[in-house]
Amino acid sequence: MRKEFRSFQRSRLIVNLCLACASTVVLPTKGLPRPQQANAKEELLVLPGEIGRSGGRLVISLRSEPKTLNPLTAADTPSREVIGAMQADLVHINRATQLTEPALAKSWKISTDGLQYTLTLRQGLRFSDGHPLDADDVLFTFRVYLDENVHATQRDLLIVGGKPITVRKVDPRTLVFQFSKPYGVEERLFDGWAILPRHLLEKPYQEGKLSQLWTPSTPPNEWAGLGPFRLKEYVAGQKLVLERNPYYWKTDTKGNRLPYLDELVFLFVPSADAQVLRFQSGETDLITRLGAENFSVLSRQQSGYTMADAGPGLEYNFLFFNLNDLGEKSSADLTQKQKWFRDVKFRQAISATVDRDAIVRLVYQGRGAALWGPVTPGNRRWLNLAIPHPARSLDNARSLLKQAGFSWSTASNGDSILIDPDGKPVEFSILTSSSNADRTKMATLLQEDLKQLGMRVQVVPLEFRSLIDRVTQTKEYDACLLGLASFDADPNSDLNVWLSSGGTHLWNPSQARPATSWEAEIDRLMEQQLTMPGYGQRKKLYDRVQEILAENQPMIFLASPDILVGAKNSIGNIHPAVLEPYVLWNVEQLYFRSGAENASR
Amino acid sequence: MSQRLKLTKWLVVLVVLHCIVAGAGFFAPYNPVEQDREHPYLPPMRVHLMDAQNHFHVRPFFYPLRLRTGSFDQYEEDTTSAIPLRFFTRGTPYRLLGLIPSRLHLFGSTDARIHLLGSDAYGRDQLSRILYGGQVSLLAGLLGATVTLLFGALIGMAAGYYDGWRDELLMRVAELFLALPWLYLLFALRAFLPLAVSPLEAFLLVVAVIGMVGWARPARLVRGVVLSVKERDFVRAARGFGAPDFYLLRRHILPETASVLLTQAAILVPQFVLAEMTLSFLGLGVPEPMSSWGNLLASLQQYSVLVSYWWMYLPAVAIIPFFLGYLGLASALQERVGAYKIDEKSSWNPS
Repeated sequence: MRKEFRSFQRSRLIVNLCLACASTVVLPTKGLPRPQQANAKEELLVLPGEIGRSGGRLVISLRSEPKTLNPLTAADTPSREVIGAMQADLVHINRATQLTEPALAKSWKISTDGLQYTLTLRQGLRFSDGHPLDADDVLFTFRVYLDENVHATQRDLLIVGGKPITVRKVDPRTLVFQFSKPYGVEERLFDGWAILPRHLLEKPYQEGKLSQLWTPSTPPNEWAGLGPFRLKEYVAGQKLVLERNPYYWKTDTKGNRLPYLDELVFLFVPSADAQVLRFQSGETDLITRLGAENFSVLSRQQSGYTMADAGPGLEYNFLFFNLNDLGEKSSADLTQKQKWFRDVKFRQAISATVDRDAIVRLVYQGRGAALWGPVTPGNRRWLNLAIPHPARSLDNARSLLKQAGFSWSTASNGDSILIDPDGKPVEFSILTSSSNADRTKMATLLQEDLKQLGMRVQVVPLEFRSLIDRVTQTKEYDACLLGLASFDADPNSDLNVWLSSGGTHLWNPSQARPATSWEAEIDRLMEQQLTMPGYGQRKKLYDRVQEILAENQPMIFLASPDILVGAKNSIGNIHPAVLEPYVLWNVEQLYFRSGAENASR
Repeated sequence: MSQRLKLTKWLVVLVVLHCIVAGAGFFAPYNPVEQDREHPYLPPMRVHLMDAQNHFHVRPFFYPLRLRTGSFDQYEEDTTSAIPLRFFTRGTPYRLLGLIPSRLHLFGSTDARIHLLGSDAYGRDQLSRILYGGQVSLLAGLLGATVTLLFGALIGMAAGYYDGWRDELLMRVAELFLALPWLYLLFALRAFLPLAVSPLEAFLLVVAVIGMVGWARPARLVRGVVLSVKERDFVRAARGFGAPDFYLLRRHILPETASVLLTQAAILVPQFVLAEMTLSFLGLGVPEPMSSWGNLLASLQQYSVLVSYWWMYLPAVAIIPFFLGYLGLASALQERVGAYKIDEKSSWNPS
């Protein structure tokens, strides 16, 4: 058996050698045209970092198929991850430093009043189909994103002070963006807005078909982008294959045009456990979004791959209560419970009871961080270090409850029962997503913690979609344990969560006007920071938001998991970041150290 | 005679097994929901008689486990302190059979916690959880079998005795119940129930579901027996003397179905225990923190648990003696019935 395998390998090697000989005779470059050196007219971006070698195909698994390759309508994580490798933006946030870098725009200037941004495009840029890019493509792109009929998912971010931004072309390479109010995030705004090819999309746009366009099954010649890879092949239910974009606008310090890899393959592997098995068997080269338990399974038997812990990411997990004003729709039972939930002291008491260290240790196996606010230790720039981290204290919790008029009695079996001021025992249920083992575990720990206060808590694992439906639509629940992961470190990415009018303001979404004075204050602070130029000022405002949240505990923050990844040892330039996409953010620089690895596949 | 011995043997085995589970409070060293957050996924501890210096001890002892530095779930024995195992100790309070308050446990230790079968993700004692979980699973099986046989006997007798359209109707309904996709209906049913279901409600729901699904098969068996018995001479004779239907059913026909019902019971109980485990495994059984054999096994749905902690499989092993006991009892019952039938026949036709 083994011998057979060897001889098979040898014969394959010979075939490869023959191919290599043939290509040196017939073709100067193998496969794709590879303009190695920069053209004099092109202004390419030079990336520092390890010099890699060209070639190879990188295989990575995705939890589900990308729903679309259209940056206008992409909302799900797999779609965003794939599009990230195929598209480019004007200014880009470096996922490692969390700072902005020039991308398609080689430079930008902000006017002193903060209302005008002048961007200059690189010279000689081309789409992946070879068509040149100029300012008209950018104009077209923003016209499309701002068009209400297109329903672009991120459109709201381009409305500043109630008015959409306007874009003006000065010359084929210079654009002016005009704001009605100064914008706090400044040039970070431009990150994530994929520049679209006008030559392909203008006609469908005028026909009103734009949002249905660019599904994964689109023929590659009807698709073009500015990212490191371009569409090659899609097999429904199986894989999406991307190939190297020969017109990509970055080089390494030696002048080799990036990306190094020839192909990038996304396999669709539906469960986390199956992804682990595929990675373990060497079928995939990289693995991200790992849970701590699978991480330790993989770490125990490392062979040919290395596991890395990039530290706490931006995901924050929390418990929140139903604080919606339901009026007459509300049941008597829920109205009674909401009396407790609305009491700040009740929420503070629960926060004081939560054993956050146990959550980090038992749920994340120590690979995570306890949280007392929404900003995780992974988000160094925006974390308010002044927020207190009170240790767990049952005495504290009991005295808070006593102040709020609660008392205790003893049940027939000897357990103590918490009784509210109206003489009713405190009992409620916590919803969690049944597909997320980590959160169900957290809820079980919380259940035990709260039992020590005399609260009877039931954990209800629910399918994720019906959970979201209950929280945001029917509002029939007591409490819920959820997690959110901001896609950017900037506070604006969570605007929807903190504004009382926001749809993700989970404990009481989409309010007409803020229900409490502290929610009104958060609204005011968040809107202020939105138009406040300069990091220092905005940080002060956001620090205050974090303080208000810590004081009022509308969400009881629990813990944040580390970003855990694994990669084959043969892959170079792996630098996992805490911002999405964790490993693929520098996909153009990834390379295979030895050619044998790829030949054998 | 040997048949009776066999029967007694299996009955004794089953009684002993059930007593252990019923007296879980006494046999289990700890409260099954009590968490020891410092010791998640502790492997089963070993009880020693020889210590690290090769000295023999009369009283069995164990070494406490401590985490290997820098690890989350790798433990090693701390051989510096041997902790004696104590029998008939006083520990966490419990109620025997849910009635008699007591603190007496079969074994335990005063200085450190002992986990003979290891601990789970929250540091809860696996042995205690298996014993207490057995109460839920076995009771669900026993109650389910009782409900099923009750309905099965009633419906089967009605169908067999009053033939014609009533028989047709009842048997078609029985077939319908056999054909329904119960698991999916159960998921749908759960969606209509209030969100938070208390452990007792969840338990009764499981029993009700098992009873609903299970009655059709025994009903068909009983119907078959009744169909043949009602044509027998002694029944015809009784009817000839003017005995009413109810008297005939109670006095002459029901006793004839007893052997079928008993054998069915012995087969159905383990089947229903397994049904409860399936439902709990899928999250439809009693909720956390209560345990049942099914939800103890549910943690094995995670790959990491599957490959890392073998003692999480133990609840699956626990059911094996119960299965063997019940199946042994069923075959002993069947043999006895067969022998009885032959005796009866030979007495009718003396040769």
